[in-house]
Amino acid sequence: MGALTLSQVTKSFGATQVIRGVDLNVENGEFCVFVGPSGCGKSTLLRMIAGLEDVTSGDVTIHGARVNDLAPARREIAMVFQSYALYPHLTVRDNMGLALKQAGTPRVQIEQATEKAAEMLDLSHLLERRPAELSGGQRQRVAIGRAIVRRPKLFLFDEPLSNLDAALRVQTRIEIARLHRELGATMIYVTHDQVEAMTLADKIVVLRGGVVEQVGRPMDLYNDPDNTFVAGFIGSPQMNFLKAGKLGLRSDTLGIRPEHLEPGSGQISGRVSHVEKLGGETLVYVATEDHGLLTVRQFGEQDYAVDEEVGLSFDPNRAFHFDAEGKRLR
Amino acid sequence: MSQARNSTARSLAAHAVLILYTAIALFPVFVVVVNSFKNRRAIFADPLAVPTADTFDLIGYRTVLAQGDFFLYFQNSLIVTVASLFFVLLFGAMAAFALSEYRFRGNTLTGLYLALGIMIPIRLGTVAILQMMVASGLVNTLTALVLVYTAQGLPLAVFILSEFMRGVSDDLKNAGRIDGLSEYTIFFRLVLPLVRPAMATVAVFTMIPIWNDLWFPLILAPSEATKTITLGSQVFIGQFVTNWNAVLAALSLAILPVLVLYLIFSRQLIRGITAGAVK
Repeated sequence: MGALTLSQVTKSFGATQVIRGVDLNVENGEFCVFVGPSGCGKSTLLRMIAGLEDVTSGDVTIHGARVNDLAPARREIAMVFQSYALYPHLTVRDNMGLALKQAGTPRVQIEQATEKAAEMLDLSHLLERRPAELSGGQRQRVAIGRAIVRRPKLFLFDEPLSNLDAALRVQTRIEIARLHRELGATMIYVTHDQVEAMTLADKIVVLRGGVVEQVGRPMDLYNDPDNTFVAGFIGSPQMNFLKAGKLGLRSDTLGIRPEHLEPGSGQISGRVSHVEKLGGETLVYVATEDHGLLTVRQFGEQDYAVDEEVGLSFDPNRAFHFDAEGKRLR
Repeated sequence: MSQARNSTARSLAAHAVLILYTAIALFPVFVVVVNSFKNRRAIFADPLAVPTADTFDLIGYRTVLAQGDFFLYFQNSLIVTVASLFFVLLFGAMAAFALSEYRFRGNTLTGLYLALGIMIPIRLGTVAILQMMVASGLVNTLTALVLVYTAQGLPLAVFILSEFMRGVSDDLKNAGRIDGLSEYTIFFRLVLPLVRPAMATVAVFTMIPIWNDLWFPLILAPSEATKTITLGSQVFIGQFVTNWNAVLAALSLAILPVLVLYLIFSRQLIRGITAGAVK
């Protein structure tokens, strides 16, 4: 019995079905990330787990108990929102303690839980401030603190880093990973950013159009994708998709990660159309007649001239084969 | 660009236009207040003149205060206005919250139905309203006025407030739900404080027509005990003789309470009116 089980969960808004039968099992203490392009239903799914949206059909089970008809407050969950959603009229201390106060917890315990969470998140000196007096990063830490104070069975994160700038995002990401290790709690995390998914998750759930495309550990999805969608979504820069027929192969599409394309002499010929030097790596975009624009990732600084002719080769063992529907051929 | 913005000529022109408008808007008020402090002869001799030592006279105010019941009229007007305002804001905000927050069949239709009242003047229904009040024995009570004014103010209140409430972050309300707040707590503690500027706007737009109304007090509550200030001032206007001193004094006095209420709301009001424009 896991911390969270979804069985054949669907959701319709009027005639449009946005979640089409999702099955999922999240183990105790697992960090599970829902990832997918915008509009894939990942946020809706999270809100259904939280109880903010009704489930049209199917069952949501938290720690063995069916919670379909339970109000959000009684599901023993805590949620962190993209827009922080702090109560503007309450101080940081009251924001963090409100849920416990609503549940009728004795004052001393609330005080202790708040202080402890504040200490974990380095918020102790800000407890008497109001949300308006905090920076974005501090607000999000308060929102996370508010979740921790409740000691929930399940932490839900709805794109918590999207409103933060790049540097703060990395910092907060590390903080969330640390909290997960320290608390050992089960966390469900929604993001459209595959880097966040890769770095945080024990288990990634890739969603598209309300359907689960693949579930697995980050490296499993990277090294063993089930279809072209997962192969293209996980990994940055995106995987190259080549027309297998033009290479004399029987499958429909051939997927090769940018780091597995080798410039030099090879069976694919093209012309350099753009070069991006990032210091640690160099991305070379090669326009080919047969396969369109291909990305080549090279370690370190490399010199290429735009319009230079290059040949590309690849290791057949590193290539993925897909059929016409995009399904992986193994 | 920056030169165009800082140009003194431009700013002078803008201020001239605004000052002119202010003068036009305040002129009637000025005439009323100034003349209320003059004797009858002076009012007619030179209506625009400021009272001098010669023409200064408090006869108007003395008449009004000697009339005795004037404080009662004031009280009636205040009770009716404040009570109506309270109900309009409370029920308007509640309806607006339901319309903006909950998905249910007929949501849009209900919203349109509630907003319809903005376009149809409530006075068209006067006869029916009077019949209803007679049937329920509410004629000559302040309750009748409060009920009518509440109905009159609700459409605009629902319309404006539901637009503003749509702008309140869903995440905030959901956070409240997860923390175990009831829908009522979410409404009163989270949403209402955030739409306070809109509430002030609605309050001012609702309050002024109610305070100034002559129609419904005249029809529904003309008895001595329930007269409002606007109706009470009418005693000085006769078919043959009009006591202008008293009328002007009564009107000047009647400005004061609305002015006070307006000052209370105005800070919020300006934020409310410019909320959409500036941001």
